[in-house]
Amino acid sequence: MGIEQKLGNMGVVTTSLETVVNWSRTRAMWPMLFGLACCAIEMMAAQASDYDMSRFGMELMRASPRQSDLMIVAGRLSRKMGPVLRRLYDQMPEPKWVISMGDCASCGGVFNNYAIYQGADEVVPVDVYVAGCPPRPEALIHGVLTLYEKVNGEKFKDLAEKYKTA
Amino acid sequence: MAHLVEEVNVGQFKHLVSERALTGETMLLNMGPQHPSTHGVLRLLLELDGETIVNCIPDIGYLHTGVEKNMEAKSYQKAEVMSDRLDYMNPMGNNLAYVMAVEKLIDLDVPPRAQALRVILCELQRISSHMVWLGAFGLDLAAMSMFLYCFRERERILDIFELVSGQRMMTTYFRPGGLWRDVPAEFEKTVRDFIKIFPRRIDEYEKLLSKNPILIDRLVGIGYLSKEVALQYGVTGPTLRASGVDWDLRKARPYMGYEQYDFNIPTRPEGDTYARYIVRIDELRESLKIIEQALNKLPSGPWRSQNRKFVPPPRSEIGVSMEALIHHFKLWSEGFSAPKASIYSAVESPRGELGLYLEGDGGPKPYRVHLRTPSFDNLAVLPEIVKGHLVADVVAILASIDIVLGDIDR
Amino acid sequence: MDKRLEPIVQAAQKRYGATYEEFRDEVHLFVSPERIADALALLRHEYDFELLSALTATDYFPQQTPRFHVIYQLTSLAQNLSVQVRVPVNGDNPQVPTATRVYAVANWREREVFDMFGIVFDGHPDPRRILMPEDTEGHPLRKDFPLGYEEPQFTFNFEEIDLRKPYAKE
Repeated sequence: MGIEQKLGNMGVVTTSLETVVNWSRTRAMWPMLFGLACCAIEMMAAQASDYDMSRFGMELMRASPRQSDLMIVAGRLSRKMGPVLRRLYDQMPEPKWVISMGDCASCGGVFNNYAIYQGADEVVPVDVYVAGCPPRPEALIHGVLTLYEKVNGEKFKDLAEKYKTA
Repeated sequence: MAHLVEEVNVGQFKHLVSERALTGETMLLNMGPQHPSTHGVLRLLLELDGETIVNCIPDIGYLHTGVEKNMEAKSYQKAEVMSDRLDYMNPMGNNLAYVMAVEKLIDLDVPPRAQALRVILCELQRISSHMVWLGAFGLDLAAMSMFLYCFRERERILDIFELVSGQRMMTTYFRPGGLWRDVPAEFEKTVRDFIKIFPRRIDEYEKLLSKNPILIDRLVGIGYLSKEVALQYGVTGPTLRASGVDWDLRKARPYMGYEQYDFNIPTRPEGDTYARYIVRIDELRESLKIIEQALNKLPSGPWRSQNRKFVPPPRSEIGVSMEALIHHFKLWSEGFSAPKASIYSAVESPRGELGLYLEGDGGPKPYRVHLRTPSFDNLAVLPEIVKGHLVADVVAILASIDIVLGDIDR
Repeated sequence: MDKRLEPIVQAAQKRYGATYEEFRDEVHLFVSPERIADALALLRHEYDFELLSALTATDYFPQQTPRFHVIYQLTSLAQNLSVQVRVPVNGDNPQVPTATRVYAVANWREREVFDMFGIVFDGHPDPRRILMPEDTEGHPLRKDFPLGYEEPQFTFNFEEIDLRKPYAKE
């Protein structure tokens, strides 16, 4: 669906600023490469030809946190890696979102022991959890679309609250 | 979680770097855990003199999962689930290693149909693992279309796995005594379709890459690994075979009926990165030969052992036989027990020798499980072969050794 | 046991006082900690066991003498043989001489055994932890180290675990 349907005869579209801002944020969200373990392979498969994620705006995965808006934590997070994850999250510029992909990143998964964080939300605040071990590429795409719905519902006054305390 | 990553200072590595680093003449560069080309979370500390590498210190442990300790808390059947998440490119191979070790410990037989099906699925897994390697290898050398082509083939293989077990990657399809369930009727046709189209695809990849002048410039003569150094460092798998040593566990200590199939072991004497690339491409063709022979000779019969002390009875028998109900109850509530002894059993994974040291204590849970993973030893040789090369060569050499961090950190 | 292994086992018994056991076609040799470096050198140089396949350890916790067994799995490519050497080590102050002079791969493998069990290898060129973070206390694979099991969150205890769980702040 494009803009042409809404243009009508005058070549002018009227909408609210929030809708435009949220629309532009969802149409070209660049994920940061944070594949840790098995879920990273399914993330790569979702990026490859059969289940193409570039249809949804995620054309490439940037390795640099300064140039990305979305971090997909794919894989199990070990105690040694936790501080590294937090540091990279802090280096990403606002606005930023986090998808926790897979069971190990959401809740610790199969591994309930001394070496794995029981969920990446002990380290970074998470927006969408995608379940599966590993989740199918279609499940990851569903998670991304859920995130888009969440972003489309964001209002300016909530963001103002969030940034006031920072 | 309040502490940040601590800064690295040269003093910590005084015994590993040359004296020029301490005076600041050479630079210590951190190729950090998050990097597009380290194949997982590996951290390399490179001591650089300009662009040339003087020393290289790998730092691992960023994916340490505590699998060995966790398996001690679960029964033998439940611990298999953890085994396929180690080397995540090769879950069926890991399952095979674990299940073979348990079968050796409790002395359980495997019927011939299960053996042939295990061979077919393991060779398909080997092809899938080499496809991901080839895709990532091309991506590291900036040949990005290789990635898309290889993942297209991999999807066909994952469709076969989903047909057989319901899951694309972590299948847990092999169980002690045989398989979880018999393969469905479409299995043979799907595999035959795959082996009909695949040889032309391998020729396509060879046409794209093998005689490409850029690839030859970047790979020939880089990262030379001699035979003596390879054996000193315990390197196994295609990395060892590309240095001239003809050692493959499928030929030397055949398991699961590999002695019936007729295939070669590709070996190259040169020992550089290009040789490792060619050895893996040749292995793809050999795997296809094995799959075709196994499929032609596939025997009929039971797909799991009938020893009810270790293998649960089928549901139809439970309603009519008292012993079947008792066996079912014991296996599901407590699990089977293994003798108080220890064994070591190894299989050939796409990366090398995957061995399992399993020690039982007479109860239903393993007392000690140690996994001898090939990528750990293959990575230990990296500091030796990288000296004197440029930073861009480190990427190519690391890609050619084919490591998986789940294997190393367990 | 394989006939070609018999002279090797007898040589080890005579020179280093080793005992042996067999189980399912495997031969396990027991050597005391002081003589292990020489025994490995003998097996490598005279009998051609070029590959050190595995180096690991086991903890038999409540018994203290010996508390650990360090296990070396050796493979010979030329003769297609393999043998396992076990070294019983006591629980107080466990120390074993290093094998890095004989096999170079023992460098990383011994670091891993030190990290997981706390067994110190004398003469090792780089005694640091390899898998756990540097400031860890304790050695995870010992039997008296807890697993770190966390209670799963079901519907009946959802709120009480939720209050205790360390969620991250923004």
